[in-house]
Amino acid sequence: MSQAEDRKFTINFGPQHPAAHGVLRLVMDLDGEIVERIDPHIGLLHRGTEKLIEHKTYLQSVPYFDRLDYVAPMNQEHAFALAVESMLGVTVPARGQYIRVLYSEIGRILSHLLNITTQAMDVGALTPPLWGFEEREKLMIFYERASGARLHAAYFRPGGVHQDLPQDLLDDIYAFCDPFLKVMDDIESLLTENRIFKQRNVDIGVVSHHDINNWGLTGVMARGSGLAWDLRKAQPYEIYSDLDFDIPVGKNGDCYDRYLCRVEECRQSVRIMKQCLEQMPDGPVSSKDGKIVPPKRGEMKGSMEALIHHFKLYTEGYHVPAGEIYRAVEAPKGEFGVYLVADGSNKPYRCKIRAPGYAHLQALDYLSRDHMLADVSAILGSLDIVFGEVDR
Amino acid sequence: MTDQNQDLLNHLLNVISDKISDSSISHGDLTLIVTVDTVLDVLKYLRDDAACAFTQLLDVCGVDYPERAERFDVVYHLLSMTQNQRVRVKLSVDEKTAVPSATDLFDAASWFEREAFDLYGILFSGHPDLRRLLTDYGFEGHPLRKDFPLTGHVEVRWDDDEKRVVQEPVTLMQEFRDFDFVSPWEGVRGQMGVLPGDEKCDEKAETDVSDEA
Repeated sequence: MSQAEDRKFTINFGPQHPAAHGVLRLVMDLDGEIVERIDPHIGLLHRGTEKLIEHKTYLQSVPYFDRLDYVAPMNQEHAFALAVESMLGVTVPARGQYIRVLYSEIGRILSHLLNITTQAMDVGALTPPLWGFEEREKLMIFYERASGARLHAAYFRPGGVHQDLPQDLLDDIYAFCDPFLKVMDDIESLLTENRIFKQRNVDIGVVSHHDINNWGLTGVMARGSGLAWDLRKAQPYEIYSDLDFDIPVGKNGDCYDRYLCRVEECRQSVRIMKQCLEQMPDGPVSSKDGKIVPPKRGEMKGSMEALIHHFKLYTEGYHVPAGEIYRAVEAPKGEFGVYLVADGSNKPYRCKIRAPGYAHLQALDYLSRDHMLADVSAILGSLDIVFGEVDR
Repeated sequence: MTDQNQDLLNHLLNVISDKISDSSISHGDLTLIVTVDTVLDVLKYLRDDAACAFTQLLDVCGVDYPERAERFDVVYHLLSMTQNQRVRVKLSVDEKTAVPSATDLFDAASWFEREAFDLYGILFSGHPDLRRLLTDYGFEGHPLRKDFPLTGHVEVRWDDDEKRVVQEPVTLMQEFRDFDFVSPWEGVRGQMGVLPGDEKCDEKAETDVSDEA
């Protein structure tokens, strides 16, 4: 065996590896320490979500979306709710829309905090996760106070949101906003100018505009390369068009720019949250259409019609007219889309979930080629992968 | 948005109408129906034409209609970031015919086609690496087909004697319950035929009508 052949070998990364962000198995062909090819083996967390949804009513399908990208659950529900509402022709009242935007941004911060800090951990920093998770805990308590669950909220439902928010919760979220900016400054002081963090991330995993198109990259993966594309601005849904916020873009498209984009997006999310809280109108939080949205408990005590509606909605559910639709939201990780085919019954005929992480992970092989083995974990961290949504 | 879709559709019908079998606009989404033979030409035109510039392939997925002769739909979703527009391209295909792979046009198609192959058994010709992706190593069958049971065919457990995971046929403690929720007041006639006794009612109704006539 010649010396050149001797340098080539194949290693197995994962499925249980702290830098794999879940259950990812990578079969890597190496030439010394240089990566020649990566073959990701995914599906270890495949639960057949799409198959299960085909056997559930539309309302019963909502909780499955929490379990996709489980670090920002409500953002996924949002895409499904938008798709079903468009097919039904239901509109959400203003307060419901404000609450949805407020909680979508909380979800964005939840996801970005996890990603920023674990990306730092992947390249060797241990303090950022401790600081970031403290803030995530506060945000998850806001989730809990709105929906009763820290993670699997099932809060954005077709027609609106499940329950109204009490005023003291809104006050507490407002009180969270400004101190959080200080925490972001603190986390940044650990990382942004950190010599080791920059050595591990600058000029690593550079994404060009051609790659964005070719690999279907969206979200921060596209914005990190200077492409100002954000569905909240480009194809606004809910009340995003009325709000004032900026879309941060990177310059070089490397892991470091994607980190900077995420940090700035957290600050912009706080800006959106504050505007939502200041402008939030009074009124109902979900559609008043009794054929879609179940009645409140109190109404059922006095109204026969409400009782019938409740019974019908929780046994049979509502029927969605036949047709097909694709609706996407700007989830923290990129474009999260739902392609829904309805056949006129009370269950979706087909519900394809277009998860951003799936497309991003697909590009890992391309992005990691000719990088060092240690760069793979930095690139993987900056792709922002959560296996709930990749494997579905 | 619908106007923009209509403009695009008119443009496409002017240039490549021979390659588009049908088209529709519903819920603000433009759908183009193509065939196995024309799909790559249409995708290439949509990607390269300056007025279209659908440079991103966001999704490829299958849909199963077991009662049709060409049982699968293959659905492509494209996005144009410059035109800020989306389009859906759809074709139908049977189990044996291979769809030409879009991997030469978009690298992103690779995993989406592998997924459609894995979950539906749709074949793609010219795909560089058409392996299973999401299901387990050694999995048999295509789980998202409508005739594949929700519970699957096999279940796994750890065998303490053999010291390995073994696969066994699924046993259910209770029969799998799948209600169709067809209301006896609304849907039965259409979906299941006539309720017992209803045929007499119809005879009576018919005789009533003939009496009147």
